[in-house]
Amino acid sequence: MKNITKLTSHEIREGYKNKDFTVKEVVESFYKNIDEKDGDIKAFITLCKEDALKCAEIADSKISEALANGTFDELPALFGVPIAIKDNMNTYGVKTTCASKILENFISPYDATVIKNLKEQGAIMLGKVNMDEFAMGSSCENSAFFVTHNPVDLTKVPGGSSGGSAAAVAGDLAPISLGSDTGGSIRMPASLCGIVGMKPTYGLISRYGLVAYASSLDQIGPMTKDVEDNAILLNAIAGHDEMDSTSANIEKKDYTKALINDVKGLKIGVPEEFFGEGIQKEVKEAVEKAIEKLKSLGAEVGTCSLAACKVALPTYYIIADAEASSNLGRFDGIRYGYRTKNFENLKDIYKNTRSEGFGKEVKRRIILGTYVLSAGYYDAYYKKAQKVRTLIKKQFDDAFSKYDVLIAPVSPTTAWNIGEKVNNPLEMYLADLFTVPINIAGIPAISIPCGKDNNGLPIGMQIIGKHFSEETLYRVAYTFEKSREV
Amino acid sequence: MEITKKDIEHIANLSMLNLSEDEVDGYAKDMQEIIAFANQINEINTDGLEESAFALDSYNVFRKDEVRESFDRELLMQNAPSSNGVAYQIPPVIE
Repeated sequence: MKNITKLTSHEIREGYKNKDFTVKEVVESFYKNIDEKDGDIKAFITLCKEDALKCAEIADSKISEALANGTFDELPALFGVPIAIKDNMNTYGVKTTCASKILENFISPYDATVIKNLKEQGAIMLGKVNMDEFAMGSSCENSAFFVTHNPVDLTKVPGGSSGGSAAAVAGDLAPISLGSDTGGSIRMPASLCGIVGMKPTYGLISRYGLVAYASSLDQIGPMTKDVEDNAILLNAIAGHDEMDSTSANIEKKDYTKALINDVKGLKIGVPEEFFGEGIQKEVKEAVEKAIEKLKSLGAEVGTCSLAACKVALPTYYIIADAEASSNLGRFDGIRYGYRTKNFENLKDIYKNTRSEGFGKEVKRRIILGTYVLSAGYYDAYYKKAQKVRTLIKKQFDDAFSKYDVLIAPVSPTTAWNIGEKVNNPLEMYLADLFTVPINIAGIPAISIPCGKDNNGLPIGMQIIGKHFSEETLYRVAYTFEKSREV
Repeated sequence: MEITKKDIEHIANLSMLNLSEDEVDGYAKDMQEIIAFANQINEINTDGLEESAFALDSYNVFRKDEVRESFDRELLMQNAPSSNGVAYQIPPVIE
């Protein structure tokens, strides 16, 4: 049998059913691996070992009972399965730091809706994982605490901002994890670490309890070792929630039913703008080869143009930073979080707390966001960007009138060296070139591995669909994944 | 368009941030590059297009006005940098 820490969640469930191991053994195996490997990878900010082992004991007794009564199949799919959580989701009684000094000692007084759902279904939280501070970054180097390393090659970045979530799964420190994606923060690290990451349709997952970066773009999603696990985890967290007014009130689906190994007759569009300048040759070739593979399996392939995506990146940084500058106004040193020691009056508290508590990139984005919203610049930048958003949405709609899905690279390059881009913010922003248009349009996209470069670093491709087409994305992803196994 | 140190100082004040002189220099340089880059959006014709605040079409979402369990005050207060147990404490704002 495979080492427990290499198993997917559905393999772990099989193991429980066959009495190959107990939940306690599984949870202990992951903590053992964390002890041995996380000193190098540095994925976890907070571990919840005591609570996790308590939950494991309870889960074991329920599983024994269910096996004795023949009711095991009625237990939720993630019952007794360990999970790592990005540290921007509120977890009752556990620190939620957003990898920021300003929230270093903040203990959540409530559970985010996704956490509440996972707990109700018996999933076991191993701990909270690292990220770029307030999810602002593409490399996980903007954490106020430490840099997470890519488990495939420890000298490389894991991608960001959900770098800890990706590294935990790729490094066998957790079988599954949750990330959040505002401009590529699930897909980019999934691609760089060689795992599967889904950015669902805006509104499919409740954002209640997710610390807001850019509210019109943020979305929580599953990060897993394979496509099946991804569908299972999406099942566990998707659904309407009245605590989030942007949560979509649609019927609940079973995404595992979409795991169909067949793409015959499916129409795939290849958007030209995603294969142009600045893309690493091996990345381009791997994605093109993957498209050829799907064609050989019966899909129809054509090209399309999304001209407005050329300006998706500046549009994204204007909208996201404008929203961030407003959302981060709540960190003032009064109700929670860090407070400066250096003050005489209330304004000193605000200013010094924020200046001492926020990191460099967070301040940069607050400044840019405040600038584009300030008198004289609002129309030229913010209002204009909101109009470009309408245009980008429209061009995707047009593309989806001809095609079921679009396929493109996730990151223009494979994982880069730690430290390589930290001093050039614009160059770092360019890493998000292919991922931000999807958030602007609010559509879903899944990143799946499709090859490796000459140095053995993973390459990811994204399969993009129209609003609420996650089932189609899983079908294509599953078919491609299966074709790679033979 | 040039972004001056004075611009950065003004924006930092609006953002409730104190910046050191080095930070002002650094952000002025970064902002110059980023805004030049952001100006690309003006190359796109958006005549006749409405603005989109977000990706979906929902509008005025309401929920029932019901009394429900609220947060535990003690837990909330434990996160306060300064409190007397029932209220947050700040320096006097009225002389």
